[in-house]
Amino acid sequence: MILSAAVEHSPILPLWQEIVVGGVAFAVLCFVLMKFVFPRMEETFKARVDAIEGGLKRAEEAQSEANKLLEQYRAQLAEARTDAAKIRDDARADAEEIRQEIQVRAREESERIIAAGREQLNAERQQIVRELRAEVGTLAVDLAGRIVGESLTDEARRRGTVDRFLSELESTGSR
Amino acid sequence: MIGQAVALASEVPFPPEVGDFYLPSIVPWGGLNSLWFTKITALVWLSTAIIIVFFLLAYRKPKLVPGKAQWIAESSYGFVRNNIAVEMLGARGVRFAPYFTTLLLFIVFNNLWSIVPIAQISPNSHIAFPAFLALISYVLFNYVGIKKFGFRKYMRNSLIPPAPWFVLPILIPIEFFSTFLVRPFSLAVRLFANMFAGHMLLLVFTLGGFAMLNATPALAPISVLSWLMTIALTLLELLVVFLQAYVFTVLTASYIQGAVSEEH
Repeated sequence: MILSAAVEHSPILPLWQEIVVGGVAFAVLCFVLMKFVFPRMEETFKARVDAIEGGLKRAEEAQSEANKLLEQYRAQLAEARTDAAKIRDDARADAEEIRQEIQVRAREESERIIAAGREQLNAERQQIVRELRAEVGTLAVDLAGRIVGESLTDEARRRGTVDRFLSELESTGSR
Repeated sequence: MIGQAVALASEVPFPPEVGDFYLPSIVPWGGLNSLWFTKITALVWLSTAIIIVFFLLAYRKPKLVPGKAQWIAESSYGFVRNNIAVEMLGARGVRFAPYFTTLLLFIVFNNLWSIVPIAQISPNSHIAFPAFLALISYVLFNYVGIKKFGFRKYMRNSLIPPAPWFVLPILIPIEFFSTFLVRPFSLAVRLFANMFAGHMLLLVFTLGGFAMLNATPALAPISVLSWLMTIALTLLELLVVFLQAYVFTVLTASYIQGAVSEEH
Protein backbone atom coordinates (compact mmCIF):
# COMPACT_ATOMS: atom_id res chain seq x y z
CA MET A 1 0.00 0.00 0.00
CA ILE A 2 2.75 2.29 0.94
CA LEU A 3 4.62 1.23 -2.17
CA SER A 4 1.58 1.42 -4.41
CA ALA A 5 0.82 4.88 -3.27
CA ALA A 6 3.67 5.94 -5.47
CA VAL A 7 1.54 5.23 -8.55
CA GLU A 8 -1.92 6.73 -8.66
CA HIS A 9 -4.60 4.90 -10.59
CA SER A 10 -7.98 6.24 -11.44
CA PRO A 11 -10.52 3.61 -10.34
CA ILE A 12 -12.72 4.11 -13.39
CA LEU A 13 -9.98 3.75 -15.96
CA PRO A 14 -9.31 0.11 -16.78
CA LEU A 15 -5.72 -1.07 -16.69
CA TRP A 16 -4.94 -2.73 -19.99
CA GLN A 17 -2.80 -5.38 -18.35
CA GLU A 18 -5.78 -6.44 -16.26
CA ILE A 19 -8.01 -6.49 -19.30
CA VAL A 20 -5.57 -8.87 -20.95
CA VAL A 21 -5.33 -11.07 -17.87
CA GLY A 22 -9.08 -11.09 -17.33
CA GLY A 23 -9.72 -11.72 -21.00
CA VAL A 24 -7.33 -14.64 -21.17
CA ALA A 25 -8.61 -16.15 -17.94
CA PHE A 26 -12.21 -15.76 -19.04
CA ALA A 27 -11.45 -17.17 -22.48
CA VAL A 28 -9.79 -20.21 -20.94
CA LEU A 29 -12.76 -20.65 -18.63
CA CYS A 30 -15.22 -20.32 -21.49
CA PHE A 31 -13.27 -22.76 -23.61
CA VAL A 32 -13.07 -25.46 -20.95
CA LEU A 33 -16.59 -25.15 -19.60
CA MET A 34 -18.38 -24.62 -22.89
CA LYS A 35 -16.48 -27.35 -24.68
CA PHE A 36 -16.03 -30.06 -22.09
CA VAL A 37 -18.58 -29.55 -19.36
CA PHE A 38 -21.87 -27.95 -20.37
CA PRO A 39 -22.47 -29.94 -23.58
CA ARG A 40 -22.01 -33.08 -21.53
CA MET A 41 -24.49 -31.75 -19.01
CA GLU A 42 -27.00 -31.26 -21.80
CA GLU A 43 -26.35 -34.84 -22.84
CA THR A 44 -26.83 -36.04 -19.29
CA PHE A 45 -30.07 -34.09 -19.01
CA LYS A 46 -31.25 -35.62 -22.24
CA ALA A 47 -30.19 -39.11 -21.16
CA ARG A 48 -32.02 -38.57 -17.89
CA VAL A 49 -35.18 -37.48 -19.67
CA ASP A 50 -34.83 -40.45 -21.99
CA ALA A 51 -34.38 -42.79 -19.07
CA ILE A 52 -37.46 -41.46 -17.33
CA GLU A 53 -39.54 -41.38 -20.48
CA GLY A 54 -38.25 -44.82 -21.47
CA GLY A 55 -39.25 -46.13 -18.05
CA LEU A 56 -42.68 -44.60 -18.41
CA LYS A 57 -43.01 -46.03 -21.88
CA ARG A 58 -41.97 -49.47 -20.72
CA ALA A 59 -44.46 -49.30 -17.86
CA GLU A 60 -47.13 -48.22 -20.31
CA GLU A 61 -46.32 -51.12 -22.58
CA ALA A 62 -46.43 -53.57 -19.69
CA GLN A 63 -49.75 -52.09 -18.64
CA SER A 64 -51.25 -52.41 -22.09
CA GLU A 65 -49.92 -55.95 -22.33
CA ALA A 66 -51.53 -56.79 -19.01
CA ASN A 67 -54.77 -55.18 -20.14
CA LYS A 68 -54.71 -57.20 -23.33
CA LEU A 69 -54.17 -60.43 -21.40
CA LEU A 70 -56.95 -59.53 -19.00
CA GLU A 71 -59.25 -58.85 -21.92
CA GLN A 72 -58.26 -62.16 -23.44
CA TYR A 73 -58.92 -64.03 -20.21
CA ARG A 74 -62.24 -62.34 -19.86
CA ALA A 75 -63.20 -63.32 -23.39
CA GLN A 76 -62.12 -66.88 -22.73
CA LEU A 77 -64.04 -66.96 -19.50
CA ALA A 78 -67.16 -65.63 -21.19
CA GLU A 79 -66.75 -68.20 -23.92
CA ALA A 80 -66.38 -70.96 -21.37
CA ARG A 81 -69.47 -69.74 -19.61
CA THR A 82 -71.45 -69.73 -22.82
CA ASP A 83 -70.19 -73.20 -23.58
CA ALA A 84 -71.17 -74.44 -20.16
CA ALA A 85 -74.61 -72.89 -20.50
CA LYS A 86 -74.99 -74.46 -23.89
CA ILE A 87 -73.93 -77.84 -22.57
CA ARG A 88 -76.35 -77.52 -19.69
CA ASP A 89 -79.14 -76.59 -22.03
CA ASP A 90 -78.30 -79.46 -24.30
CA ALA A 91 -78.26 -81.86 -21.40
CA ARG A 92 -81.55 -80.54 -20.19
CA ALA A 93 -83.05 -80.90 -23.64
CA ASP A 94 -81.63 -84.40 -23.93
CA ALA A 95 -83.04 -85.37 -20.58
CA GLU A 96 -86.43 -84.01 -21.53
CA GLU A 97 -86.35 -85.90 -24.79
CA ILE A 98 -85.33 -89.07 -23.06
CA ARG A 99 -88.07 -88.62 -20.51
CA GLN A 100 -90.66 -88.10 -23.23
CA GLU A 101 -89.43 -91.08 -25.11
CA ILE A 102 -89.58 -93.26 -22.03
CA GLN A 103 -93.08 -92.02 -21.29
CA VAL A 104 -94.21 -92.75 -24.79
CA ARG A 105 -92.66 -96.15 -24.71
CA ALA A 106 -94.18 -96.92 -21.31
CA ARG A 107 -97.58 -95.81 -22.49
CA GLU A 108 -97.29 -97.96 -25.56
CA GLU A 109 -96.18 -100.86 -23.45
CA SER A 110 -99.01 -100.46 -21.03
CA GLU A 111 -101.50 -100.13 -23.86
CA ARG A 112 -100.05 -103.17 -25.46
CA ILE A 113 -100.34 -105.11 -22.21
CA ILE A 114 -103.87 -103.92 -21.66
CA ALA A 115 -104.81 -104.81 -25.21
CA ALA A 116 -103.27 -108.22 -24.88
CA GLY A 117 -105.11 -108.80 -21.60
CA ARG A 118 -108.33 -107.68 -23.13
CA GLU A 119 -107.87 -109.97 -26.07
CA GLN A 120 -107.07 -112.88 -23.85
CA LEU A 121 -110.04 -112.10 -21.71
CA ASN A 122 -112.23 -112.01 -24.77
CA ALA A 123 -110.91 -115.29 -26.03
CA GLU A 124 -111.43 -116.88 -22.68
CA ARG A 125 -114.91 -115.47 -22.51
CA GLN A 126 -115.71 -116.81 -25.96
CA GLN A 127 -114.40 -120.15 -24.93
CA ILE A 128 -116.33 -120.11 -21.69
CA VAL A 129 -119.44 -119.03 -23.55
CA ARG A 130 -118.96 -121.82 -26.02
CA GLU A 131 -118.39 -124.40 -23.28
CA LEU A 132 -121.26 -123.06 -21.23
CA ARG A 133 -123.54 -123.09 -24.20
CA ALA A 134 -122.82 -126.80 -24.77
CA GLU A 135 -123.06 -127.63 -21.13
CA VAL A 136 -126.19 -125.54 -20.49
CA GLY A 137 -127.86 -127.25 -23.45
CA THR A 138 -127.01 -130.65 -22.16
CA LEU A 139 -128.06 -129.75 -18.67
CA ALA A 140 -131.32 -128.19 -19.82
CA VAL A 141 -132.20 -131.20 -21.96
CA ASP A 142 -131.30 -133.57 -19.15
CA LEU A 143 -133.39 -131.57 -16.78
CA ALA A 144 -136.32 -131.30 -19.16
CA GLY A 145 -136.09 -135.04 -19.92
CA ARG A 146 -136.18 -135.82 -16.26
CA ILE A 147 -139.14 -133.59 -15.74
CA VAL A 148 -141.05 -134.80 -18.78
CA GLY A 149 -139.94 -138.29 -18.14
CA GLU A 150 -138.91 -139.22 -21.47
CA SER A 151 -135.81 -138.89 -23.35
CA LEU A 152 -136.05 -135.81 -25.29
CA THR A 153 -132.45 -135.82 -25.97
CA ASP A 154 -132.45 -137.19 -29.47
CA GLU A 155 -135.59 -135.30 -30.40
CA ALA A 156 -134.26 -132.07 -29.10
CA ARG A 157 -131.09 -132.56 -30.83
CA ARG A 158 -132.90 -133.36 -33.96
CA ARG A 159 -134.99 -130.33 -34.01
CA GLY A 160 -132.33 -127.91 -32.67
CA THR A 161 -134.72 -126.76 -30.01
CA VAL A 162 -132.10 -126.00 -27.48
CA ASP A 163 -130.06 -123.94 -29.84
CA ARG A 164 -133.05 -121.96 -30.95
CA PHE A 165 -134.05 -121.32 -27.40
CA LEU A 166 -130.64 -120.18 -26.44
CA SER A 167 -130.46 -117.90 -29.47
CA GLU A 168 -133.75 -116.36 -28.53
CA LEU A 169 -132.52 -116.00 -25.00
CA GLU A 170 -129.41 -114.28 -26.17
CA SER A 171 -131.24 -111.95 -28.46
CA THR A 172 -133.62 -110.95 -25.69
CA GLY A 173 -130.71 -110.66 -23.25
CA SER A 174 -128.80 -108.42 -25.58
CA ARG A 175 -131.73 -106.17 -26.11
CA MET B 1 -1.51 -7.57 2.18
CA ILE B 2 1.89 -7.50 3.75
CA GLY B 3 1.85 -3.76 3.39
CA GLN B 4 -1.52 -3.66 5.09
CA ALA B 5 -0.45 -5.91 7.93
CA VAL B 6 2.63 -3.77 8.54
CA ALA B 7 0.50 -0.70 8.41
CA LEU B 8 -1.96 -2.13 10.94
CA ALA B 9 0.82 -2.97 13.33
CA SER B 10 2.35 0.46 13.27
CA GLU B 11 -0.10 3.16 12.44
CA VAL B 12 -3.44 2.80 10.78
CA PRO B 13 -3.95 4.92 7.68
CA PHE B 14 -7.38 6.41 7.84
CA PRO B 15 -9.53 7.06 5.88
CA PRO B 16 -8.87 4.42 3.18
CA GLU B 17 -8.10 5.68 -0.30
CA VAL B 18 -8.35 4.53 -3.89
CA GLY B 19 -4.70 3.61 -3.67
CA ASP B 20 -5.66 0.82 -1.26
CA PHE B 21 -7.18 -1.01 -4.23
CA TYR B 22 -3.88 -1.12 -6.07
CA LEU B 23 -1.57 -3.39 -4.21
CA PRO B 24 2.07 -3.95 -5.06
CA SER B 25 3.11 -6.54 -7.53
CA ILE B 26 3.73 -10.03 -6.15
CA VAL B 27 6.32 -11.02 -8.70
CA PRO B 28 7.85 -7.72 -9.70
CA TRP B 29 9.05 -8.24 -13.20
CA GLY B 30 9.69 -4.73 -14.34
CA GLY B 31 9.41 -3.24 -10.91
CA LEU B 32 7.10 -3.31 -7.94
CA ASN B 33 4.37 -1.54 -9.81
CA SER B 34 4.20 -4.03 -12.66
CA LEU B 35 0.58 -4.97 -13.15
CA TRP B 36 0.98 -8.40 -14.67
CA PHE B 37 1.11 -10.41 -11.49
CA THR B 38 -0.57 -8.66 -8.62
CA LYS B 39 -2.91 -9.93 -5.95
CA ILE B 40 -5.80 -9.03 -8.23
CA THR B 41 -4.61 -11.00 -11.22
CA ALA B 42 -3.56 -13.86 -8.97
CA LEU B 43 -7.10 -14.02 -7.62
CA VAL B 44 -8.51 -14.01 -11.16
CA TRP B 45 -6.31 -16.92 -12.13
CA LEU B 46 -7.15 -18.69 -8.89
CA SER B 47 -10.91 -18.38 -9.34
CA THR B 48 -10.59 -19.52 -12.94
CA ALA B 49 -8.56 -22.51 -11.84
CA ILE B 50 -10.99 -23.38 -9.04
CA ILE B 51 -13.97 -23.31 -11.38
CA ILE B 52 -12.24 -25.37 -14.05
CA VAL B 53 -10.91 -27.96 -11.62
CA PHE B 54 -14.21 -28.30 -9.82
CA PHE B 55 -16.27 -28.71 -12.96
CA LEU B 56 -13.86 -31.08 -14.63
CA LEU B 57 -13.67 -33.24 -11.52
CA ALA B 58 -17.39 -33.12 -10.84
CA TYR B 59 -18.17 -33.98 -14.44
CA ARG B 60 -15.46 -36.50 -15.05
CA LYS B 61 -17.88 -39.39 -15.04
CA PRO B 62 -21.42 -38.03 -15.19
CA LYS B 63 -24.07 -40.41 -13.95
CA LEU B 64 -27.80 -40.43 -14.47
CA VAL B 65 -28.25 -40.36 -10.72
CA PRO B 66 -25.78 -37.65 -9.73
CA GLY B 67 -23.46 -37.60 -6.73
CA LYS B 68 -23.06 -34.50 -4.61
CA ALA B 69 -20.42 -32.73 -6.70
CA GLN B 70 -22.13 -33.59 -9.94
CA TRP B 71 -25.39 -32.38 -8.51
CA ILE B 72 -23.90 -29.03 -7.49
CA ALA B 73 -22.28 -28.60 -10.91
CA GLU B 74 -25.49 -29.54 -12.65
CA SER B 75 -27.69 -27.30 -10.56
CA SER B 76 -25.52 -24.26 -11.29
CA TYR B 77 -25.85 -24.91 -14.99
CA GLY B 78 -29.48 -25.97 -14.70
CA PHE B 79 -30.33 -22.83 -12.75
CA VAL B 80 -28.89 -20.49 -15.38
CA ARG B 81 -30.23 -22.62 -18.22
CA ASN B 82 -33.80 -22.83 -16.99
CA ASN B 83 -34.24 -19.75 -14.82
CA ILE B 84 -32.34 -17.24 -16.95
CA ALA B 85 -31.72 -18.49 -20.49
CA VAL B 86 -34.92 -20.41 -21.20
CA GLU B 87 -37.04 -18.15 -19.02
CA MET B 88 -36.04 -15.05 -20.95
CA LEU B 89 -35.21 -16.35 -24.40
CA GLY B 90 -37.42 -19.40 -24.72
CA ALA B 91 -36.15 -22.51 -26.45
CA ARG B 92 -33.44 -20.61 -28.31
CA GLY B 93 -32.00 -19.63 -24.92
CA VAL B 94 -30.51 -23.09 -24.49
CA ARG B 95 -27.88 -22.08 -27.06
CA PHE B 96 -26.74 -19.23 -24.79
CA ALA B 97 -26.96 -21.13 -21.50
CA PRO B 98 -23.31 -22.30 -21.52
CA TYR B 99 -22.03 -18.76 -21.97
CA PHE B 100 -24.39 -17.34 -19.35
CA THR B 101 -23.34 -19.98 -16.86
CA THR B 102 -19.67 -19.35 -17.48
CA LEU B 103 -20.27 -15.63 -17.09
CA LEU B 104 -22.20 -16.06 -13.85
CA LEU B 105 -19.63 -18.42 -12.37
CA PHE B 106 -16.74 -16.15 -13.33
CA ILE B 107 -18.40 -13.15 -11.71
CA VAL B 108 -19.55 -15.03 -8.60
CA PHE B 109 -16.16 -16.56 -7.89
CA ASN B 110 -14.30 -13.32 -8.51
CA ASN B 111 -16.82 -11.42 -6.39
CA LEU B 112 -16.51 -13.94 -3.59
CA TRP B 113 -12.90 -12.96 -2.99
CA SER B 114 -14.23 -9.75 -1.49
CA ILE B 115 -15.26 -11.65 1.64
CA VAL B 116 -12.82 -14.54 1.65
CA PRO B 117 -10.40 -13.98 4.53
CA ILE B 118 -6.84 -13.06 3.50
CA ALA B 119 -7.99 -12.24 -0.04
CA GLN B 120 -10.75 -9.82 0.90
CA ILE B 121 -10.71 -7.84 -2.29
CA SER B 122 -12.60 -8.70 -5.44
CA PRO B 123 -10.92 -8.39 -8.83
CA ASN B 124 -14.23 -6.95 -9.97
CA SER B 125 -13.47 -3.87 -7.89
CA HIS B 126 -11.04 -3.07 -10.67
CA ILE B 127 -13.12 -1.87 -13.57
CA ALA B 128 -10.99 -3.67 -16.14
CA PHE B 129 -12.74 -6.97 -15.49
CA PRO B 130 -16.37 -5.81 -15.45
CA ALA B 131 -15.60 -3.63 -18.47
CA PHE B 132 -14.22 -6.56 -20.38
CA LEU B 133 -17.26 -8.73 -19.55
CA ALA B 134 -19.64 -5.91 -20.44
CA LEU B 135 -17.87 -5.48 -23.75
CA ILE B 136 -18.43 -9.16 -24.53
CA SER B 137 -22.13 -8.83 -23.66
CA TYR B 138 -22.36 -5.72 -25.83
CA VAL B 139 -20.75 -7.40 -28.82
CA LEU B 140 -22.80 -10.54 -28.23
CA PHE B 141 -26.23 -8.96 -28.22
CA ASN B 142 -25.48 -6.76 -31.20
CA TYR B 143 -23.99 -9.68 -33.10
CA VAL B 144 -27.00 -11.88 -32.37
CA GLY B 145 -29.42 -9.14 -33.44
CA ILE B 146 -27.56 -8.30 -36.66
CA LYS B 147 -27.20 -11.96 -37.50
CA LYS B 148 -30.90 -12.51 -37.13
CA PHE B 149 -32.27 -9.41 -38.88
CA GLY B 150 -29.40 -7.97 -40.88
CA PHE B 151 -27.85 -4.66 -39.98
CA ARG B 152 -30.57 -2.34 -41.36
CA LYS B 153 -33.55 -4.17 -39.92
CA TYR B 154 -31.78 -4.66 -36.59
CA MET B 155 -31.08 -0.94 -36.34
CA ARG B 156 -34.66 -0.17 -37.28
CA ASN B 157 -35.94 -2.60 -34.62
CA SER B 158 -33.63 -1.16 -32.02
CA LEU B 159 -33.95 2.53 -32.76
CA ILE B 160 -37.47 3.11 -33.98
CA PRO B 161 -40.07 2.38 -31.36
CA PRO B 162 -43.71 2.15 -32.37
CA ALA B 163 -44.63 5.75 -31.66
CA PRO B 164 -46.23 8.66 -33.53
CA TRP B 165 -43.86 10.09 -36.13
CA PHE B 166 -43.53 13.47 -34.47
CA VAL B 167 -41.91 12.08 -31.32
CA LEU B 168 -39.43 9.99 -33.24
CA PRO B 169 -36.86 12.82 -33.56
CA ILE B 170 -36.65 12.76 -29.78
CA LEU B 171 -37.05 9.02 -29.28
CA ILE B 172 -34.44 7.82 -31.76
CA PRO B 173 -31.51 9.61 -30.11
CA ILE B 174 -32.75 8.46 -26.72
CA GLU B 175 -33.00 4.88 -27.92
CA PHE B 176 -29.57 5.06 -29.50
CA PHE B 177 -28.09 6.53 -26.37
CA SER B 178 -29.68 3.99 -24.03
CA THR B 179 -29.14 0.91 -26.19
CA PHE B 180 -25.75 1.46 -27.71
CA LEU B 181 -23.97 3.78 -25.32
CA VAL B 182 -25.37 3.40 -21.83
CA ARG B 183 -25.90 -0.35 -21.76
CA PRO B 184 -22.29 -1.56 -21.73
CA PHE B 185 -21.24 1.29 -19.50
CA SER B 186 -23.97 0.71 -16.91
CA LEU B 187 -23.38 -3.01 -16.99
CA ALA B 188 -19.70 -2.57 -16.21
CA VAL B 189 -20.08 0.25 -13.71
CA ARG B 190 -22.86 -1.47 -11.76
CA LEU B 191 -20.73 -4.48 -10.99
CA PHE B 192 -17.54 -2.51 -10.49
CA ALA B 193 -19.12 0.07 -8.20
CA ASN B 194 -20.80 -2.56 -6.05
CA MET B 195 -17.59 -4.45 -5.46
CA PHE B 196 -15.58 -1.26 -5.07
CA ALA B 197 -18.01 0.16 -2.54
CA GLY B 198 -18.23 -3.13 -0.71
CA HIS B 199 -14.48 -3.27 -0.28
CA MET B 200 -14.38 0.38 0.71
CA LEU B 201 -17.05 -0.14 3.36
CA LEU B 202 -15.24 -3.09 4.87
CA LEU B 203 -12.02 -1.06 4.90
CA VAL B 204 -13.72 1.89 6.54
CA PHE B 205 -15.20 -0.12 9.36
CA THR B 206 -12.19 -2.35 9.92
CA LEU B 207 -9.58 0.38 9.76
CA GLY B 208 -11.88 2.79 11.53
CA GLY B 209 -11.96 0.46 14.53
CA PHE B 210 -8.18 0.45 14.68
CA ALA B 211 -7.99 4.19 14.14
CA MET B 212 -10.28 4.87 17.09
CA LEU B 213 -8.48 2.39 19.28
CA ASN B 214 -5.16 4.04 18.44
CA ALA B 215 -6.52 7.51 19.04
CA THR B 216 -7.63 6.77 22.59
CA PRO B 217 -8.37 3.49 24.44
CA ALA B 218 -11.59 5.07 25.67
CA LEU B 219 -13.07 4.51 22.24
CA ALA B 220 -12.54 0.73 22.48
CA PRO B 221 -16.28 -0.10 22.77
CA ILE B 222 -16.98 1.86 19.61
CA SER B 223 -14.12 0.04 17.91
CA VAL B 224 -15.80 -3.23 18.78
CA LEU B 225 -19.06 -1.90 17.40
CA SER B 226 -17.23 -0.92 14.26
CA TRP B 227 -15.84 -4.42 13.86
CA LEU B 228 -19.28 -5.94 14.45
CA MET B 229 -20.46 -3.73 11.64
CA THR B 230 -17.71 -5.25 9.52
CA ILE B 231 -19.13 -8.69 10.16
CA ALA B 232 -22.65 -7.53 9.31
CA LEU B 233 -21.40 -5.84 6.16
CA THR B 234 -19.55 -8.99 5.19
CA LEU B 235 -22.88 -10.84 5.27
CA LEU B 236 -24.42 -8.07 3.22
CA GLU B 237 -21.51 -8.35 0.83
CA LEU B 238 -22.25 -12.07 0.45
CA LEU B 239 -25.70 -11.15 -0.79
CA VAL B 240 -24.30 -8.51 -3.11
CA VAL B 241 -21.79 -10.99 -4.52
CA PHE B 242 -24.53 -13.27 -5.81
CA LEU B 243 -27.02 -10.56 -6.60
CA GLN B 244 -24.65 -8.60 -8.83
CA ALA B 245 -23.52 -11.70 -10.68
CA TYR B 246 -27.16 -12.62 -11.23
CA VAL B 247 -28.06 -9.11 -12.35
CA PHE B 248 -25.17 -9.00 -14.81
CA THR B 249 -26.21 -12.30 -16.35
CA VAL B 250 -29.90 -11.49 -16.44
CA LEU B 251 -29.25 -8.13 -18.08
CA THR B 252 -27.07 -9.75 -20.71
CA ALA B 253 -29.87 -12.22 -21.40
CA SER B 254 -32.38 -9.41 -21.50
CA TYR B 255 -30.29 -7.45 -24.02
CA ILE B 256 -30.09 -10.51 -26.23
CA GLN B 257 -33.83 -10.97 -25.86
CA GLY B 258 -34.36 -7.38 -26.94
CA ALA B 259 -32.06 -7.84 -29.90
CA VAL B 260 -33.81 -10.94 -31.26
CA SER B 261 -37.42 -10.00 -30.59
CA GLU B 262 -39.45 -8.73 -33.54
CA GLU B 263 -41.09 -5.77 -31.88
CA HIS B 264 -39.24 -3.26 -29.93
